[in-house]
Amino acid sequence: MTAQGAGGGDGEGNEAMDEQRLRVFLVDDHAMFRAGVRAELGTHVEVVGEAGTVAQAVSAIIATGPDVVLLDVHMPDGGGRAVLEAVRRTHPQVRFLALSVSDAAEDVIGLIRAGARGYVTKTISPGDLAAAVRRVADGDAVFSPRLAGFVLDAFTARPDAPVADPELDLLTNREREVLRLLARGYAYKEIAKELYISIKTVETHVSNVLRKLQMSNRYELSRWAADRRLV
Amino acid sequence: MAQAATAPVRRLYRDPAHRVLGGVAAGLAAHLGVPRLAVRFAFVLLLGVNGLGALLYAAFWAVLPTPPTSAQSDRRDRRQLLPFLLLGAGILLAQVLAVRGPGLVVGWLVAMIAVGAGIIWHLSDAQLRRRWTRQVPQAPWLGVVFDNTDRRAYLLRLIGGGTCVMVGVVGLVVVVSPELRVGVTASVEGLLFALLGLAGVALVTAPLLWRTFGQLRAEREARIREQERAEVAAIVHDQVLHTLALIQRNAGDARTVQRLARVQERSLRGWLYQPGTGAGDMLAAAVEQACAEVEQAYAIVVESVVVGDRAVDENVAALVLAAREAMVNAARHAKVETVSLYAEVESDAVSVFVRDRGAGFDPDQVDRDRQGVRGSIIGRMARHGGTAEIRSEPGEGTEVRLRLPLTPAEPA
Repeated sequence: MTAQGAGGGDGEGNEAMDEQRLRVFLVDDHAMFRAGVRAELGTHVEVVGEAGTVAQAVSAIIATGPDVVLLDVHMPDGGGRAVLEAVRRTHPQVRFLALSVSDAAEDVIGLIRAGARGYVTKTISPGDLAAAVRRVADGDAVFSPRLAGFVLDAFTARPDAPVADPELDLLTNREREVLRLLARGYAYKEIAKELYISIKTVETHVSNVLRKLQMSNRYELSRWAADRRLV
Repeated sequence: MAQAATAPVRRLYRDPAHRVLGGVAAGLAAHLGVPRLAVRFAFVLLLGVNGLGALLYAAFWAVLPTPPTSAQSDRRDRRQLLPFLLLGAGILLAQVLAVRGPGLVVGWLVAMIAVGAGIIWHLSDAQLRRRWTRQVPQAPWLGVVFDNTDRRAYLLRLIGGGTCVMVGVVGLVVVVSPELRVGVTASVEGLLFALLGLAGVALVTAPLLWRTFGQLRAEREARIREQERAEVAAIVHDQVLHTLALIQRNAGDARTVQRLARVQERSLRGWLYQPGTGAGDMLAAAVEQACAEVEQAYAIVVESVVVGDRAVDENVAALVLAAREAMVNAARHAKVETVSLYAEVESDAVSVFVRDRGAGFDPDQVDRDRQGVRGSIIGRMARHGGTAEIRSEPGEGTEVRLRLPLTPAEPA
């Protein structure tokens, strides 16, 4: 539905078709939604399997060894986080992209901190979703505008927030600029044009932000995650 | 009060609104039609007669109800308390110097017991007693101990009152029966034995107490759950079912269905994830509301992201209106389904960006009569000390950038 949801360009989904098709696994407890995503992604990637429960998902992911797992945040028996932790313990090379209807900060941040490489909402367009999957498969990060907004909010300098590790607890000005443009709905190539930098540099900035988001001990991050007992 | 049977009598109440201690004197004064000061003075003077003043006061306090209409005022007139305390202390001192004897001490001990009993009695107002009776029919007094409302204050008052009564009783025993040769030590020993006995009783009844406590807690939790369920039911019934019915009736019209679903989604999201932001006096809430209005009116989707928040003043309200106008323009001219809005509150400014990827236009070629852009966006921002910049190219979409500097005096 949104042309800018993944921060990806419109054309990139088509490029993906020419290259080797990515192997994608779907985890969502709504069968109807899985069918929808499978149909949408069918031309862009190869959907190697799907699962509706945490236990099924863990065994099937390990069996099929996909490049990227599209992971629902909210599921019975521990949600996407349970799948993520179980799989990453033995298969750290599998990459996860969180996909959710929820916009709640604690859900998003919790899954990212557990190791997901990105987060998109379920209203994302098929082309953007395919682009996001490819980006995650390449080891880059994918931020929805709202996630970018959360991160800006969480890393806002507050007088009462102690900075234990400036390397992890603070964003550089450049990273902040990139996040702002992401939150404003800019695609990566538009950000590159706006800031006179290459797309690769934009990707590097976003990946750095993702690393800080996962590693930093800022109070706001742990609080968000703790609010729903995700830590 | 016996005369309460005859229809419209002036009833004697305590007057918590004008209280210094318990509102007894104020209530009496109002009832008798004499100045409050006089009644208070009388009570203090009566202190001199074997503590009769305190005794009377405690008795009135225990018996008199508060008027049903008046709410208890927490603002005691403490300035009056000190002179009366000094006066009372003076009278007592004079009495101790002038008269001696067991009669005086007995009076005071009785007064002390009365005050302690009064305190304990007041731990339970009528409403609470009714609740306890309902919750634990077999032992309503347990409610005194286990009710959670303001438990610490309760405990303090209970212990305070109990101490008063105990000291009074021990004192009485010592003073009244000197011929028994029970000294203070013996009395305290007796008291200890009594406590030991009480502890034994407590041990025996502990299982009952514990079960009752569990019942109380379970009932309270059930009440809370019921309230939550009622709230969810209200949302589901008033909104979701209504929307679903509308969707079924408009199943053929994809745009209407999408609009209905979107409006309902936004409403549910607001309820789930941003509790308490219903009021329109904060920026984030005002922006969300403007987005919702535009979505509803033009059947588009506004992806809004707001970072930070602040109170809405006149200038910020103008900023929100300008942003709304920008969204309306995008909805009407850009021919897109989605508009992005990003608002950020910084320490020195509030910025709002409204962006679409639609038709776009050449800003230099805009007709002079396009009031929307000139008056409602650029002009409005200028009038409130802000700036508006419009970047657009045909085929590349449009972005409206609004910036409102904040004066340093205002809290950001």
